[in-house]
Amino acid sequence: MTWHRKDLLDLQSLSAEEIRTVLDTAREFKAVGKRPIKKLPTLRGKTVVNLFVEPSTRTRISFELAAQRLSADVINFTAEASSLRKGETLKDTARNLEALRVDTIIIRHSAAGAPHFLARVLEAHVVNAGDGAHEHPTQGLLDLFTMREKFGRIAGLKVTIVGDILYSRVARSNIWGLQKLGAQVTLCGPPTLVPRAFEALGCRVVYRLEEALREADVINLLRIQHERQRRSAFPGLGEYTSLFGITRARLAELRPGALIMHPGPINRGVEVDSDVADGERSVILEQVTNGLAVRMAVLYLIHSAHARSADLTGEPAPGGALAHT
Amino acid sequence: MPAASRPPAPAASPAGTVDASPPARPAAVLLSPSATQRALDHLARAIARAHPDPEELVLVGIQTGGVQVAQLLAARLARQWPGRVSVGQLDIAMHRDDLDRRLAPPVHPTTVPEDIAGKVVVLVDDVLSTGRTVRAALDALHDLGRPRAVRLAVLVERPHRELPIRPDFVGKTVRTAPQDRVEVEVNPANGVCRVLLYRGA
Repeated sequence: MTWHRKDLLDLQSLSAEEIRTVLDTAREFKAVGKRPIKKLPTLRGKTVVNLFVEPSTRTRISFELAAQRLSADVINFTAEASSLRKGETLKDTARNLEALRVDTIIIRHSAAGAPHFLARVLEAHVVNAGDGAHEHPTQGLLDLFTMREKFGRIAGLKVTIVGDILYSRVARSNIWGLQKLGAQVTLCGPPTLVPRAFEALGCRVVYRLEEALREADVINLLRIQHERQRRSAFPGLGEYTSLFGITRARLAELRPGALIMHPGPINRGVEVDSDVADGERSVILEQVTNGLAVRMAVLYLIHSAHARSADLTGEPAPGGALAHT
Repeated sequence: MPAASRPPAPAASPAGTVDASPPARPAAVLLSPSATQRALDHLARAIARAHPDPEELVLVGIQTGGVQVAQLLAARLARQWPGRVSVGQLDIAMHRDDLDRRLAPPVHPTTVPEDIAGKVVVLVDDVLSTGRTVRAALDALHDLGRPRAVRLAVLVERPHRELPIRPDFVGKTVRTAPQDRVEVEVNPANGVCRVLLYRGA
């Protein structure tokens, strides 16, 4: 059990031990989700703001429900309806929120590093819910959680990530997390979206899907973000699908027991066929369930007395161990 | 024993918790191994006397120290009622009232028999002191169902109560200073327990 951080900004800076702490904690929060009464008093009286400067529905809902399950009050703040549209800077927006005594800001932003910036200028806890093409740490953690739950371990797993690696924050968080816990990562996709530069991070880069699938225990499919895809990245969706889409025929090339993962939302018929997405190897909906547990665990951990409270370290935790008070 | 119990997750061992490790040398042995055995025997007898119907009884150990004690009590009750003693474990980390005053306590599994509605739940802890753990345990239990009654059994009762909480079954009452620490030590090799006092600073 190791956690002393005020914020969760990325997986790159976390130790393997810290990642395991989140995963272990999330396991117990997942168990709470199976009870008739799913609410916990853990964050009673705390206020959590979802500051989503870049639109998102599923991640916001997952964070919102996680905070509500922990009894926090939640405010949703979206760019469309906010003063950011009127030219207010991110820093001013955040400091206004802090002046309302909010405890935690969950931020999604198109600029890489925006959460790190907020964490430096604010007393409030900051959670990165996706910053540009940089990281999406809770997605990385929920993917790790899902793999660990299915295989019992991460070390030694062969994980293939397929798709737009270059612009994917999900890919980066997965790469950092998987490598810290000892998995082998293979990246596959069109060369324009999977540059060889990723080999410097210790990943294997291959351009033939068959080769990427053969040994894999997990296939993590990234969404083709056609709304922001540069036209030049690949000729068309049809070609992408024929080269990199996971079809039922290609399932035959997978190892028995290999899993199909996808962070959603799925483009059915593009990166994955409908019957594969709904098939027995798919754990896509379990990822959604696990995401809630992981986000509850993150909120729980960062809200504890963290490194900031040097003034509290003189006070022994009441009773020391839980059992003695 | 029913499937209600499983060992705490090794990865979430409390051993790594800051402030949780006692100083190296105990100031006194409050209960020797044989005195600990007698205290456990006494507790088990008192519980059985007060609740003679094992079907309505559920022992629930509070994570982490109470889990062990609940299992030791269940083993004694099982001599009298083989296969009919129900044991669970309850984690209270998510129900504490001081999360922002301490490092996040490790979260341990909660496994309580399916339906505690209508049962008598005996909450079991190793050491009772301020009563705050028990307060959190009552809240945590409440979210799992509605027992007919809840009782409290502790191996060691200290003074220093901060809440109006009183145990129903006590193994041994000890006098301590508020800053002292009381630990139930289990020898992992042979399961022999004793209760140790550590002087606070």
